[in-house]
Amino acid sequence: MFAKIHYYLKSFLFLELLKGLGVTGRYFFRKKVTVQYPEQKTPISPRFRGLHALRRYANGEERCIACKLCEAVCPALAITIESEQREDGTRRTTRYDIDLFKCIYCGFCEEACPVDSIVETNIFEYHFENRGENIMTKEKLLEIGDKYEAQLAADRAADAPYR
Amino acid sequence: MVESIIFYVFAISTVTTATAVVTVRNPVHAALFLVLTFFTSAIIWMTLEAEFLAITLVLVYVGAVMVLFVFVVMMLDINIALLREGFVRYLPLGLLVALVMLGLMVSVVTSDIFVLDAASEPVPKPADYSNTEALGRVLYTEHVFAFEVAAVILLVAIIAAIALTMRKRPQTKYQDPASQIRVRKADRLRIVKMPAGED
Amino acid sequence: MTDFFLPLWNWLHEYVQYTLASGAKALAILLPLFIVVAYYTLAERKVIGYMQMRKGPNRVGPRGLFQPFADMFKLMVKEIIVPTNANRYLFIIAPVLTFAPAMAAWAVVPFDADLVFADINAGLLYILAMTSLGVYGVIIAGWASNSKYALLGAMRSAAQIVAYEIAMGFALVGVLMLGGSLNLGAIVNAQAGGWSEWFVIPLLPLFFVYLISGVAETNRAPFDVAEGESEIVAGFHVEYSGMAFAVFFLAEYANMILISMLCALMFLGGWLSPVPDLIGDGIGWLFLKTALFMWLYLHFRATFPRYRYDQIMRLGWKVLLPVTIVWLFVEGIAIYFEVPLFV
Repeated sequence: MFAKIHYYLKSFLFLELLKGLGVTGRYFFRKKVTVQYPEQKTPISPRFRGLHALRRYANGEERCIACKLCEAVCPALAITIESEQREDGTRRTTRYDIDLFKCIYCGFCEEACPVDSIVETNIFEYHFENRGENIMTKEKLLEIGDKYEAQLAADRAADAPYR
Repeated sequence: MVESIIFYVFAISTVTTATAVVTVRNPVHAALFLVLTFFTSAIIWMTLEAEFLAITLVLVYVGAVMVLFVFVVMMLDINIALLREGFVRYLPLGLLVALVMLGLMVSVVTSDIFVLDAASEPVPKPADYSNTEALGRVLYTEHVFAFEVAAVILLVAIIAAIALTMRKRPQTKYQDPASQIRVRKADRLRIVKMPAGED
Repeated sequence: MTDFFLPLWNWLHEYVQYTLASGAKALAILLPLFIVVAYYTLAERKVIGYMQMRKGPNRVGPRGLFQPFADMFKLMVKEIIVPTNANRYLFIIAPVLTFAPAMAAWAVVPFDADLVFADINAGLLYILAMTSLGVYGVIIAGWASNSKYALLGAMRSAAQIVAYEIAMGFALVGVLMLGGSLNLGAIVNAQAGGWSEWFVIPLLPLFFVYLISGVAETNRAPFDVAEGESEIVAGFHVEYSGMAFAVFFLAEYANMILISMLCALMFLGGWLSPVPDLIGDGIGWLFLKTALFMWLYLHFRATFPRYRYDQIMRLGWKVLLPVTIVWLFVEGIAIYFEVPLFV
């Protein structure tokens, strides 16, 4: 009985509604947390998994040894590798394609790579304008790797203690 | 001059839309034409200085009754081909009814009550004259008995309609979230004190 | 200037003069209304953004002030897509049917003691009639779109508007019992003499009923099941794009402003000052009070989750309607026995 009266009183005096309005009213004056994206950016973790890249050693030799571990581990079957023996007897890739439409950016390729060759950079703002551009060829991947080597090395170094 | 232009424009559209109500094939279109008929006749009433009636027509018939009409017509999946069956069979009966109604209407329109002198052009009332007030005064003094009877009949109709459509299925169990929320510990749980640890 | 135009004006026929003058007056009401609607949409996005600790639109112009124009331009250049198997004429006419009554209702709204387009005796009834017509646009849009979602949205909206129309009408009966007139100007004048004379005090329950049914009538949150994004995508206007959609939008916001202004006129004394001894009456008061209710619309939307459909129906028929009827009864007795607040 008392509970019922209490209930009716509570709903007809809009107590809970007013409480809700009060909450939003308070938040109206709170400090805003909007990040003005193209000008401001949120900090990115060294572990961020963005666009792919193939790295080189300091002497300019490409790291990839065509072991195909990344191809095997890739859950989305986005990586295609063909390899061949070079004149100096080492095995190298002739084709290293990543289909970015298939890729789910899980980072398994990076984990699987024994020579830290295939890595994911922290680039997340990229686009394609024509068909076929979604296939990242070996040349494109190496180019990205060369361009961002400093950043990539720094990220790996920052994350090294936790591996 | 302007009054007659308004009258003819809306009288013609009333007649055409009323004709459309019974001639168009799509039932939703028919219902919408009926809405338009009501609306145009409301405007004709307006020119007769019966603004309360005109607005009430729009408010009640257009705004509420016809909404429900359109509502129902849209929900029904009417098979037009089925409706057209038996047209010839019912034609004589239909014609008979139409003739009787036509005869009645002609007899009413040609009688003395409906001649132009009997219902002359309304005299423009002063600006502060309130149609609503005048109507209310008549309704609650002279015709109060009829008015109350009408109200009672409507009430009976409402209750009857509710009683006819309300059916509770005793075997169905409903959840009432509000009462579930209102439940306190004391309503459900009884704590019993028992001597413990003896033997 | 006058030397040239005055003879020209006098040369025109009386009816032409009247038509031109009325058109000018209507424009004087509608153009500011459109601008207010445009900025109301911006205010809505800003206010809700602020309540969610965001900044809201701030890219177009300083602090996003030109955002409404950008939106308008976008909607104008977009294509109006008529779905296959849609009923073409009804599909196009539906937004107009929503828009026209929403605009027509403004004809009888008084802005100041003698600033009113059409000072008719049955003003309140006229507004009720016009707002009840808006539902046709919604129903026809839903039906003509040939889409299940649109039809469901239209059905919900129609049932909801019809249900709340009644509670709203009854709340207004209370107002006209106290005001003694159907004319909005007379109703405002009946509240003269400071804030203690405003109808909101004796009619507090009816005021809340009116406010709630007003929000429901305009299909706004928390009663916006007609749009119900989570279950029926966008309700009756899923299939609309470009200007046709913009017209629905315009009508909805114009109706919100209308309901806000009617609230201010009928319950908060319109253009009357709350303390007539200190500050005089004026149109500014009306705008201030209207803005208060317009703010409430946004505040509600930012705060309350959407009602479930059957809860809306329950609230309308089983709570608001009995409350109004009980209060009308109380009011009738109070007026008969001349209880201080009610005379």
